[in-house]
Amino acid sequence: MGIKLISFVSALVFAGSAYAQDSNQLNVEGELFVSTTAAPSHMENVDTLYSGWHFRSGETQALQLDDFDNPGMVFVDQGIDLFAKVDGSEGKSCQSCHEDVEDFAGLRTQLPRVEDGQLVSMENLVNDCRTERMGAEAWKWSSTNMTAVTGLIGLQSRGMPMNVKIDGDAAPFWEAGKELYYTRVGQLDMSCSNCHEDNYGVMIRADHLSQGQINGFPAYRLKNAKLNSIHNRFKGCMSNIRATPFKEGGKEFKALELYIASRGEGLAVETPSVRN
Amino acid sequence: MASGVKPRVKVPKKASAGDVITIKTLISHKMESGQRKDGDGNVIPRSIINRFVADFNGENVIDVTLEPAISTNPYFQFDATVPETGEFHFTWYDDDGDVYETKKKITVS
Repeated sequence: MGIKLISFVSALVFAGSAYAQDSNQLNVEGELFVSTTAAPSHMENVDTLYSGWHFRSGETQALQLDDFDNPGMVFVDQGIDLFAKVDGSEGKSCQSCHEDVEDFAGLRTQLPRVEDGQLVSMENLVNDCRTERMGAEAWKWSSTNMTAVTGLIGLQSRGMPMNVKIDGDAAPFWEAGKELYYTRVGQLDMSCSNCHEDNYGVMIRADHLSQGQINGFPAYRLKNAKLNSIHNRFKGCMSNIRATPFKEGGKEFKALELYIASRGEGLAVETPSVRN
Repeated sequence: MASGVKPRVKVPKKASAGDVITIKTLISHKMESGQRKDGDGNVIPRSIINRFVADFNGENVIDVTLEPAISTNPYFQFDATVPETGEFHFTWYDDDGDVYETKKKITVS
């Protein structure tokens, strides 16, 4: 009887986790965040958006609720130091021009965006400043320094809804991103949509598939104990499906970043989020 | 000195006498175990925080020995009873002889 009872209980637990996204509320430092919302009209196959936070275990979720517990904040602190650090031939730091980092509030929600006919991500903006105004060397796309600074700048927009521009001159880039999202690639012959649209909430090996939202990036991942850039995460996905990843900072990933950002329209920025 | 080391502590600013308060501490440190090898096969020398101490008004609250298996950015959370207004004094000891210190005041009413 006892054994039967246990198996009955475990069956219940399994049934409960068929839809892994929970109904917890994302309440960071006393501020309630929009972590689930209605999908924008351009998404034909999804009704409700869920932040990746909803797919994580209770322990991982808890790490993001308190800034002291959030390990990503360690790197944001490094970003504060880097922001004020003079580098390059012009004797300037970020702070020489951008006196108050809080002026960047809202920037994360709009990126990537089109400037002079080019699609630019936050990493491009940082490196343009470094090479053109500071006379310093460009940072690598996913380097520790870069993610620390993009984490700091992204943090200023925390809680604000994602809102990238997808019409007008951004439209061709958005279309290109959408094309990539639905194109099957690699030895496993899978597209982004196969996991993150058709199967979010179900298990992939020992983990829950999320909707692949990027509102929390750069994200602290428990698996590598550092902040991870959006493009680095794309690269990881592509390796997992045994495809040859595109180049970080290349036009493919930037277009994909724009399209996926538009799939998270209305979700609050969570930078730096905590994921596994 | 190990680079990028920065201690941080969270202690409530106020409490009532006899309250049990929760203290959170974290120090950013790479905690190199001494077990790993670099690309050329040479052992990367051990470099960790080997001891953590918290005192309250000169009285010891906690004294921890850290071992190489402890992962990067060691985090400690513990409870303490505060009998009176005073100051917490946190100290971390690095393998290379460096000592990192932080102090936090608490007002007990």
